[in-house]
Amino acid sequence: MAAILAERRHGFGFVTPLLVVMLAAFNLPILYMLALGFWSKQGGFTTEHYAALLDAPIYLRVLANTLRVSVVAMLVNIAIGYPLAYWMRGLSPRAQFIALACVITPFWISVLVRTYAWIVVLGNNGMVNRLLQWTGLTDSPVSFLYNELGVMIGMANVLLPFLVLPLFAAMLRIDDRLMQAAASMGAPPSTIFLKVFLPLTLPALASGALLVFILCLGFYVTPAILGGGKVPMISNLLDFLINQIPRWEQASALSTLLLIVTLLIFAAYRALDRKVGA
Amino acid sequence: MTDIRLEAISKHYGAFKAADNVDLAVAQGEFVTILGPSGSGKTTLLSLIAGLNQPTTGRILIGGRDVTGSPPQQRNVGLVFQSYALFPHMSVFDNVAFPLRVRKTPPDALRAKVMAALELVQLQGLANRRPAQLSGGQQQRVALARAFVFEPDILLLDEPLGALDRKLREELQVELKQLQRRIGVTTILVTHDQEEALSLSDRVMVLDRGQVQQIAAPQEAYLRPANKFVADFLGIANFVQLPGGREGVIRPERIRLAASGGLAAKVVEAVYLGQTIRYHLDAGGTGFVAAAPFVGQPHAIGDSVSLTWDEADVWPVA
Repeated sequence: MAAILAERRHGFGFVTPLLVVMLAAFNLPILYMLALGFWSKQGGFTTEHYAALLDAPIYLRVLANTLRVSVVAMLVNIAIGYPLAYWMRGLSPRAQFIALACVITPFWISVLVRTYAWIVVLGNNGMVNRLLQWTGLTDSPVSFLYNELGVMIGMANVLLPFLVLPLFAAMLRIDDRLMQAAASMGAPPSTIFLKVFLPLTLPALASGALLVFILCLGFYVTPAILGGGKVPMISNLLDFLINQIPRWEQASALSTLLLIVTLLIFAAYRALDRKVGA
Repeated sequence: MTDIRLEAISKHYGAFKAADNVDLAVAQGEFVTILGPSGSGKTTLLSLIAGLNQPTTGRILIGGRDVTGSPPQQRNVGLVFQSYALFPHMSVFDNVAFPLRVRKTPPDALRAKVMAALELVQLQGLANRRPAQLSGGQQQRVALARAFVFEPDILLLDEPLGALDRKLREELQVELKQLQRRIGVTTILVTHDQEEALSLSDRVMVLDRGQVQQIAAPQEAYLRPANKFVADFLGIANFVQLPGGREGVIRPERIRLAASGGLAAKVVEAVYLGQTIRYHLDAGGTGFVAAAPFVGQPHAIGDSVSLTWDEADVWPVA
């Protein structure tokens, strides 16, 4: 026992430099950021920045807007990602490889490039609008850009792999014989899907969706470009507070609020996950 | 309770014939084992009967009804996979209740039936466990309970004991046989384990490369194999020349080791198997295997012995 403890302490010595670096490089700045929100301009402790968050309606409105956009983007991701992963599961190994490559390759292209590409595709003179007008579905161009629709399309595109990849991996792990067994017991295809397949993919779906949602909360590039400043998200407001005004203390308070909201959502997910798992 | 008939069943995958013109009639309440080496097409046959797969040609009748082409849902078949295929997200109770819920069984009857099935496989205390919390043998029993709880017309078992260790497998073989007799359901078992086939079934069907080699009672197939393949596959076979250039098979336990008066041989190897000793013998270049009860002083390696047998115990195979 003593030997094991000694060995552990021995191993700890090797890890210490890494821990110090992590503490200095990651944790101290976060602590500094958190502390900044309680720092008065005159020096000393204050809660005025947090009071300001509640006083000025803009902050909570932007937070609510961010949550709403994130929820919708997450739902769009689920609506596209789940059928996509399900479809990929049924492909031949070769076709699966190709489909997987199609999902992954956008990862290798900068988010900035992909976002600007959407401007080309969705603009008033872009491919989609020209196609819509050519087929006679609309007379005048539909405005996809510089509104929530554009932001959501962009975010769904950028974040889709984060949902599809874990979901696809989870679906691949499901033994076909489970579905065959259910069929032999008389279950119709809809029952097999709802009672066997879906429940087994639910944990991966939930964690993937949560990942997408949390990434949405802090998304900056896509809302900034495709929203054209008209779709206020927290990150864009933070950018404004830091780079335009600048009011670092207010930005700190706002990001702390975002962090708390994110942690609360994560805690709710964990509680739900444990309840389902038990 | 129903009978099963396979009529000229073939299943082709390109040029490969997983099942080649297979005929089989299983009587009501009978226990038939499909026996063959891996790749012989035995699991393919089972999946064709269950409806997980469709035959290229031929007809399948269950209880006189032509079910060829109908989906598994319409066949009322209880199926046990080698991997058990238990639903990992459901408790033991919910696993066994699944086929009953599909059939919209009222809750009271459902509960009674599930508990009765669990009692039959001696798992009544574990109804609330998840499959992952059970041992291999217990999971196997849950799979079995789930397969017969809805009173299927037939029970299909795909190497149900294959993943278990030897001792447990032998115990469950006895239980399985008793269970089958008690509920009297027509059963087809697939295995590559010839001992399992011989001990469990009313009849065995020996399969090789998709073709039926023999369908017979276990003792019959063992002592009077239809050909060399069956002779070789079922236990250990000694081949001897018969008058007229024919070949015959004789089983090890039918060969006696005497001091003189028979075929002279030398003991090459003596394998101690508990109740018996298996001797590997060399009779002038021809190998023999004999099994003798382990009583008295066994022969040692290098001993000279004399092999005798009754001509009636030699069965011509080709």
